[in-house]
Amino acid sequence: MTVSVVSAAETRPPAASRFEALGPGGSPSPSGPGSGPIGSDPARFGLWVLLGSIAMLFIGFTSALVFRRAAADWVPMSAPPLVWINTAVLALSSVALETARRRLRGVRYEGVQTWISVTGLLGALFVAGQVQAWRQLVAQGVFLSSDPHSAFFYVLTGVHVVHVLAALVWFTTVFVRVRRRAYAPGGDGLALFATFWHFLGGLWAYLLFVLFVL
Amino acid sequence: MTHVAEAQAGHAHDAHDHAPQAFIWKYVFSKDHKVIGVQYYVTAMLMAVVAGLLAMLIRVQIAWPPATQEPQTQQVESLRLSPPPAPIRAATDATGSVLTKGYAKMDKGYQMKPEFYAMLFTMHGTIMVFFVLSTAPVSGFGNMLIPLQVGARDMAFPFLNGLSFWTFLPGCVVILLSFFVEAGAAAAGWTSYPPLSALKSAVPGSQMGQTLWIIAMVFFIASFTMGGLNFVTTILNLRTKGLSLFRMSTTMWAMFLVAILGLLAFPALIAGSLLLLFDRHFGTSFYLPAGIILSGKVMPNSGGSPLLWQHLFWFLGHPEVYILMLPALGFTSDIIAAFSRKAIFGYKAMIGAMIAISGLSFVVWGHHMFVSGMSPYLGMAFAVGTILIAVPSAVKVFNWLATLWQSRIQFHTAMLWALGVVSLFISGGLSGVWLGQSAVDIHLHDTMFVVAHFHLIMAGAALFGVFGATAYWFPKMFGRMMNETLGKWHFWFTFITYYGTFFPMHYVGISGQMRRVYNPYEYDFLKPVQDINVFITYCALILGVSQVIFFINFFWSAFKGRKAEGNPWNAAGLEWTTPSPPPHGNWPGEIPEVHRWPYDYSVPDAPQDFVLQTDPSPIGALKPGGGH
Repeated sequence: MTVSVVSAAETRPPAASRFEALGPGGSPSPSGPGSGPIGSDPARFGLWVLLGSIAMLFIGFTSALVFRRAAADWVPMSAPPLVWINTAVLALSSVALETARRRLRGVRYEGVQTWISVTGLLGALFVAGQVQAWRQLVAQGVFLSSDPHSAFFYVLTGVHVVHVLAALVWFTTVFVRVRRRAYAPGGDGLALFATFWHFLGGLWAYLLFVLFVL
Repeated sequence: MTHVAEAQAGHAHDAHDHAPQAFIWKYVFSKDHKVIGVQYYVTAMLMAVVAGLLAMLIRVQIAWPPATQEPQTQQVESLRLSPPPAPIRAATDATGSVLTKGYAKMDKGYQMKPEFYAMLFTMHGTIMVFFVLSTAPVSGFGNMLIPLQVGARDMAFPFLNGLSFWTFLPGCVVILLSFFVEAGAAAAGWTSYPPLSALKSAVPGSQMGQTLWIIAMVFFIASFTMGGLNFVTTILNLRTKGLSLFRMSTTMWAMFLVAILGLLAFPALIAGSLLLLFDRHFGTSFYLPAGIILSGKVMPNSGGSPLLWQHLFWFLGHPEVYILMLPALGFTSDIIAAFSRKAIFGYKAMIGAMIAISGLSFVVWGHHMFVSGMSPYLGMAFAVGTILIAVPSAVKVFNWLATLWQSRIQFHTAMLWALGVVSLFISGGLSGVWLGQSAVDIHLHDTMFVVAHFHLIMAGAALFGVFGATAYWFPKMFGRMMNETLGKWHFWFTFITYYGTFFPMHYVGISGQMRRVYNPYEYDFLKPVQDINVFITYCALILGVSQVIFFINFFWSAFKGRKAEGNPWNAAGLEWTTPSPPPHGNWPGEIPEVHRWPYDYSVPDAPQDFVLQTDPSPIGALKPGGGH
C-alpha cells in the first residue's frame, strides 16, 4: 500500500506551486544556495527515501533468513523452473519501459503508448507467472509450512509480488496519462515510475540470489 | 521535477489552491499540516488517557494483589500484608463490575484475573510507546512545526500527510477494539516475544488479541513511514531561502533524525511481524523451536528460534526509544534558549550529539538481550556501544546547563517542563549506564529497576517534552495562550509524583521484584517491599488524577484562552514571524528569507534582547559559535 501512496504523491502538484495564489513567495524552488544538498525535486527525493525504507524491509527478511538457515532442519529446495522465465519477463518489461522512456525524451511520441503497454502487460504476466509457480509447488506438495526454505520462498516472493501489484496500480495512472499525452515530449516524465519499476526488478534479482545462490 | 510541473500546470490554479471552506475538508480530511498536527496530537492525548488508566489498574494490583484483598485463610493472613484502604477497594469493585471480563467476582468484591493483568501491561506499553509517545511529539508537533520552522507553505506531500493520519486512526481503533474480542487483548508484553505471541493456544491473549496487535502495528508503521517520507523531504527540499542546515533549530534536527530512524528501523518490525503472522496462522516455524508442549500436546513446529524475533524486534525497538526521546531533546533546547534569553550553548555540539545518539541507536539493540545466552564477547560489544551513548548524552546535559549558567531564567510553564526534561534525562540516564553493563544487567534484567529506568528517561522525558512543547507552541496551535497558573500546578503535581512513582521503583527492582508479575508477594523475599509499592501506587494515582488539570487547561485555553500575539515569548525563531494561529499557507504574504540561526538572544548592540531569524541586519551575524 505504501507504493500506491507514492503514486498519489507523484500525482500531486509540488506543494509550493499549489500556493502560488497566495503570493509570490510560493516559489517551487524554495532554497537558496547551500540548501537542498541531495536534490531539489521533492517527488524524486521522496521516492528514493521510500526505496530506502523498502530496502530495509527486505534486509530485515534477509537477516531472518540468514539466521534461520543455520538451524539443523534447513533443507535446500531448488527453484521451480518457471521462476527463471518470470525473471526474463520482468527484465523485458524493464527494457520496454526504458524504450518508452527514451522515445519520450527523444520527442518521438509515436510508440510510447505501445511500449508502455508492453511494460504493463509483461508486468501483469510476471504476476500471473508467479502465481503459476506457486501453484506448481503446491501441486508438488511443497507448502508454506513444509520446511523453512519453502516458507521463505513463499513469503519473500509474496511480499515482492505485493509491491509489483502496487506498482501496477501506479502504472494505470501512468498509462492513462500517456494516452492523454499528458507527459511533455522531450521531458523525462516516466522517470519516477521507471525508477520504482527497475528497483523492483533489481529487488527480484536480489531475492533469487538470496534464496537460491547464497 | 519539470515533468511533474508541466504535467500539473493545468492543476496549479484549481480549487485546491485556496483554503478549503467546508468543515469536513477543513478540519476532518484536511491536507493542512497544522490541522493534521492537531489531529495527531489530540488523538494521541486521548490514547494517553486510556493507557494511563491501564497503568492505574496495574499499580493498584501491584500494591494490593488479590491474596491480600481476600484474607480468607490463616496462611494468607500470616503474611502481614496490608489490605487496600476503603476508597481503593471501592474503586476496584467499581472497575470490576464494569470490566467483568477482566475481574472475577469474589465473596467480598472483585479481584483482577491474572490473564487480564498481562493484557494490562501489554496494552499500556504498546499504546504508550507507539500511539502516544511516538505520535504526539513526532507526528503531532513534527507536522505542526516543520513547515513553520523551515519556512514552507506546507509539507512536501500534503495528500500523503492527510492519508498518514487516516491510516494512523484505524490503528488506534484496532488496538482499542482488541480489548473487546472474546479472549481479550494481546498479553505477551509490548515486545510480543514468541512463543507466547506465536502460539494461538498459549494464553487467552495469544488468540485474536495478538492478531489485532499485529494489524494495529502494520497500520501504525505504514502511517509513520508516510510521515517520515514527508519529514525528510520537507526538511531537505523545502527550506526557505537562507536557511542552511546549520541554521535550523534543534527541534528540526531532531525531527529530521527521527524520521530517518523511523524509515530505517520500522521495516524490520514489519518483516518480523509478517513472519509472526505466518507462524500464528499458517503453520510455519520461523520463531518456534521443536518440542514445545502445550496442554500435554507436542507442537508440530521445529527449528525456529524465538531469538530471531528478539533481534528483529529490538533492531526496531532501540531506535524507537530514541524516536520518542529526540524530539523532547530538540524542544528542550529551543525552550531553554528562549526563556534563559541566551543562545543555545554549543549548538553544533548539540546537533553532533543528536547525530551520534541516532547512529549508536542502530548498533546497541543487543543490550536488551544480555540474558538471552549470547556470547559474552558479543555482549561486551553491545555493552561498549551502549555506554558510549553516555558521551553524547553528557554533551547535551553540559550544554543545557551551560546555556542556563548566569542567565536570567524566566520560569514560564514551558521552561519548567524543559528543566524537567533535563532533570529526568540525567536521573534516567545514570541508571542507563548501570543497565548497559552486561554483568550488572544480569541481576537487574526484567526487574522493576528497568521499568523505573525507562519510565524516567524515555517515557518521562518524552512526556515532559510534549507538555513543554504544548505550553510553548500553543499560540501557534490555537492562536491563544494557555493558563500559566493551571500550567504550573500541573507541572509541580506531575514532577513530584512522577519522581515519587519511579524513583523508589529502582529500590524495589534492586530488591529483586520482577516486572510483569501478577502477585509479587507470592515470593517471600518480596513481602518487605510491599510498603514501598503502596507508596509508589499512591504517587501514581495522584499523578494520574493531576493530569485532569492539563486537560481542563488545554480545552479551556483552546476555546476561551487569552488571544495570543504573533510572538508572545519574544522568541527569535522563524515560526514567530507569522500571526498566531498562522493562516492557510503559513505566512500572509511572501515566505520570509532567513538570515541567521534561531538563537540570537541578548545580542549586544541589538535594539531588543532578541533578533528574529529573518532580520537582515548584520548585528550578531558574525558571532562565533554558529549562526551563519
